Amino acid sequence: MPLEIALGCVAVLLAAAVAGVFAARSPLATPLVYGVSLLACLAGLQAALLQSLDPASMPAVVLPLGLPWQGAHFRLDSLSAFFLGVVDLGGAAASFYGLGYGRHETAPQRVLPFFPAFLAGMNLVVMADDAYSFLLSWEFMSLSSWALVMAHHRERDNARAGLIYLIMASFGTLALLLAFGLLAGPDGAFTFAAMRAGTHGQKIAAIALVLVLLGAGSKAGLVPLHVWLPLAHPAAPSHVSALMSGVMTKVAVYGFIRIVFDLLGPPGWWSGMTVLILGALTAVLGVLHALMERDLKRMLAYSTVENIGIIFIGLGLALAFRANGLNWAAALALTAALFHVLNHSLFKSLLFFGAGAVLAETGERDMERLGGLIHRMPKTALVFLVGCVAISALPPLNGFVSEWLTFQAILLGPDLPQWGLKVAIPAAGGLLALAAALAAACFVRAFGITFLGRPRGTAAASAEETDAFSLATLFALASLCLFVGILPGFVIDSLSPLAQALVQGRMPAQTVLPWLTIVPIAAGRSSYNGLLVFLFIAASAGMAAFAIHRLASRALRRAPAWDCGFPDPSPLTQYTAGSFAQPIRRVFGTFVFRARDHVSMPPPGDSRAASFSVDVRDLIWDWIYQPIADAIALAADRLNRLQFLTIRKYLSLVFCVLVGLLLVLAIWL
Amino acid sequence: MDRMILDVAHLLAGGLLLVSFMMLYQDRLPALFNVFALHAFVLALSVAWQAYVQAAPHLYVTAGIALIFKAIVIPVVLRRIVVKLGIYREIEPVVGIGSTMLAGMGLVALSLALMLRVTAEADALAREDIAFALSVVLLGLLMMVTRRNAVSQVVGFMSLENGLVLAATGAKGMPLVVEISVAFSILIAFIVIGIFLFRIRERFDTVDIQALDRFRGERQ
Amino acid sequence: MALILDLAVQGAQMALVLLLAPLLTGFVRKVKARLLRRKGPPLLQVYRDLWRLLRKEAVVAESASWLFRIAPYMIFAATWVAAALVPTFATGLLFSWSADLIAIVALIGSARFFLALAGLDVGTSFGGIGSSREVMIASLAEPAMIMVVFSLALIAGSTQLSTVASFMLSANVGLKVSLAMGLVALVIVAIAENARIPVDNPATHLELTMVHEAMVLEYSGRHLAMLDLAASLKLLLYMSLIGCIFTPWGLAPAGAGPVAYGLGIGAYLGKLAVGGFLLGLFETSIAKMRVFRVPEFLGAALMLGLLGLLILFVTRSL
Repeated sequence: MPLEIALGCVAVLLAAAVAGVFAARSPLATPLVYGVSLLACLAGLQAALLQSLDPASMPAVVLPLGLPWQGAHFRLDSLSAFFLGVVDLGGAAASFYGLGYGRHETAPQRVLPFFPAFLAGMNLVVMADDAYSFLLSWEFMSLSSWALVMAHHRERDNARAGLIYLIMASFGTLALLLAFGLLAGPDGAFTFAAMRAGTHGQKIAAIALVLVLLGAGSKAGLVPLHVWLPLAHPAAPSHVSALMSGVMTKVAVYGFIRIVFDLLGPPGWWSGMTVLILGALTAVLGVLHALMERDLKRMLAYSTVENIGIIFIGLGLALAFRANGLNWAAALALTAALFHVLNHSLFKSLLFFGAGAVLAETGERDMERLGGLIHRMPKTALVFLVGCVAISALPPLNGFVSEWLTFQAILLGPDLPQWGLKVAIPAAGGLLALAAALAAACFVRAFGITFLGRPRGTAAASAEETDAFSLATLFALASLCLFVGILPGFVIDSLSPLAQALVQGRMPAQTVLPWLTIVPIAAGRSSYNGLLVFLFIAASAGMAAFAIHRLASRALRRAPAWDCGFPDPSPLTQYTAGSFAQPIRRVFGTFVFRARDHVSMPPPGDSRAASFSVDVRDLIWDWIYQPIADAIALAADRLNRLQFLTIRKYLSLVFCVLVGLLLVLAIWL
Repeated sequence: MDRMILDVAHLLAGGLLLVSFMMLYQDRLPALFNVFALHAFVLALSVAWQAYVQAAPHLYVTAGIALIFKAIVIPVVLRRIVVKLGIYREIEPVVGIGSTMLAGMGLVALSLALMLRVTAEADALAREDIAFALSVVLLGLLMMVTRRNAVSQVVGFMSLENGLVLAATGAKGMPLVVEISVAFSILIAFIVIGIFLFRIRERFDTVDIQALDRFRGERQ
Repeated sequence: MALILDLAVQGAQMALVLLLAPLLTGFVRKVKARLLRRKGPPLLQVYRDLWRLLRKEAVVAESASWLFRIAPYMIFAATWVAAALVPTFATGLLFSWSADLIAIVALIGSARFFLALAGLDVGTSFGGIGSSREVMIASLAEPAMIMVVFSLALIAGSTQLSTVASFMLSANVGLKVSLAMGLVALVIVAIAENARIPVDNPATHLELTMVHEAMVLEYSGRHLAMLDLAASLKLLLYMSLIGCIFTPWGLAPAGAGPVAYGLGIGAYLGKLAVGGFLLGLFETSIAKMRVFRVPEFLGAALMLGLLGLLILFVTRSL
């Protein structure tokens, strides 16, 4: 039943996409398409919840589409159900937000057909049960999101962003294709069931892991394959950016988990160490880049890179524990990673929707032209604050719970015997703690410069509150962040059957514990109660405010700012985003980005303006991608000579290739 | 009681490692000499504890040599040299202090992972101490590599020798003769280096290694 | 009956930390003054200052928002909850299982988050200076603290602070290298987090030297009183933390009688006195660092914490 509902929703979304092609210019098209998408996603979410309530049954179906001798297999097991829930929750939120935001869209015919297609593609990837339908849906998802990235292709950077995105997506699909080819073996068994049943040697498993890291990792945003993310995610319209950051990266994580945990069989410890180290490096590099950015959406895209790093740290730990037979510890690490998947899709969507609201009302994405929006857009500011607190992993919201679980998993590390892991796990723990602290700094900066202070331009000074649909979506997501933070036991227990299926271990049951506490390992070792922490903080603050207002004073007077006696009326004397990040740029940036400040001061008496510029270079781009691009250009130049050969030379080329093929056949047969 | 013995030995070896990191962190010459004196003092304590645990009285002599020569005499002499040479100022590390500390961490991780794996069948007291001793040696080398000032390179060299002494005492059975000859050769090396420093200073007016590089013959 | 008794002990702990925090700050000021051959303000002066500020009218800048007005209460609440969870005179408090050491670190982080936002709220450059320096210091101090927490958790087998304190009281602990490194790292982090010399000067109001004072520059009246009380609570929290982990003698075990509690309170007051004296002595004998030497200082703490953790990981199976 749930599988039929989910597939039906996909069909409805595809129909909406087709309708969008034809009816895009009519004024009814926007609410129609987004409304239909919303209903379809809600139905899909319900299907996912139905499936997760009954984890033992795994409905499967073979549709007579695609390759004639194989058909298209689709299946809903507990992993698919969880990710289907995440995808459809994000999709529903984006559709509801789109009902309000879509009114600001200047080119609806470029967005409306592809939005439901994008959602349909993501739903199909999560349910695919053989390599062919998986790759087809994956490419469909990539292409429809590429079309959405190119929706405003006349803006300056968007065309380049689309090109790089297309190249990286094709590269990723190629890597996944090779990985599936390796797993299918010489018999060509493309169904996942056949791949699961087959045994793979150590070398095949290693090569397949590398290919999956290249393929799924590039779509998720692992360093060094993340370069397309901060270009493409901001280029799309804001609700699509939220879907790409919050949901599509999770679909890539799903691909990784499906292949590495499910299809590859028992992992080696080195696979855990590789994934762990990659995740830790991704987390720190992502957040450091985010601190250097002044564009709101690009900063959020780099923050996505950081959170994907955190998820892969959990996955690497799960692989390492599983390889050593500590299945219950693997279950804890896997649960931490999947909890962070859910959390990130919630608060990243919230933050992107907030950024979209700011963009729609002020027309600005640059933080250094905003400011003081908390007075003009108070409700948007409140929910954006909730999103910032959640992503900075502060109790009692949801970000803290997944990070706490990851830390508990790291603390189980010393039980592992391998030396590489004994050194890598504390290093990864240190990098994770560093990334968490830097993320808090990043979001203090984001909220403080954008919403607090005084307006730095006329756009920010004259903004209005955003529309009702956007606000409703924002408040719904913020409430979900709070609830998941206060009631984490339910999420952990719903992830247990998943952990049992993937790593054959489970965490202790959480919902039976009193007062909604969670105890991931054992009662004496560690426990956390989000509800009590929330109640304590609320009660203390309330009591303090009440007591002081009653007993001491509640008088308040407004006056100009003190500013040590030198108040400056110009809002340009406030701290900017760049100046806020300057200490951190100086401490970390000189090493990681070769960040250098250039100041040119004219001599005294000269009335020219002084100038200050910061030079931040992306070393990964300089060391990896630029040489590759240069090598390709060089090779293209050399191969260009093939255009100008004589007829005799063309004939001899054909002749040589033919003789070469015959030689190969002769030697091999 | 047995645990206590192990723990004190580890504490002293770990303390030596800690003081090596402190030496990497210093950026002024007088402070560096004080920390080096502390380094030698902790070494003396560690060797004395080993002498007590192993009931090897000749190690008390080693501890005494470390205390008198390295904790008292050499820092005083170094301070005099520095005052005479007039280089009483800051040391400039080649890469920043943060990167140096990070490299030091990596070296400690490497030596721990290597030594604990290689000595799998030795007893627990010796294994950790040898791992710490190798770390101290590597940190001494790191100090020599990342400093521009010749005097701080000499201090790094001396701390390297402290690490070797720690390794030798931990390995149970360093005869006194070996210790005396090692200490003597280090002393000679130190005197020779000191003399050369004076000559270099007289000739070139600087002991900065980068500056000295310009005077090499074939580089015209 | 036992539940009511436990509740009373927890409540007593919460009241005790709230009442003792200004006394500790006053004591440290007195020690510093005496060491500089001044008489110094009376020990109870901080209480009088707080009461005076509470009764004053709060003057709020025109460009400040609702965040500016509620932030002091949020900061105070988060710090008070964190301080109430650190065992002072008894372990095994009623609500100690609801938040472990990592949650306590994160609660301090939330207080700092809101303080940094409050610094940016009015839109002056002083607030920006304070907030940006504070997040730089936090980006190194918080990981160092987490590394120390990990080392303690690995030694004691739990992240819950009551369990850690009980373990440190028992005979199993021994003298571990990682504990020594953790102590040094924790002391450095405590100095940085509490805005003490050499990281920040709590008594100055010069722009070049302040971090915490710059963020609270615009506050006055009851809001400033709340922030000062929160800062005193934070100092008390860190001293109690160092005391209950590294000098746990005198802590009454859970469910002991009132005599044990009395002895516990006496021991706690003694530890606070010693800690306050050492802090005053340290602050008087060292100069404040340049702002960009502070990351190296904290980086050393992070390296020490990481080194202690690495040693524990590597020697676990020996």
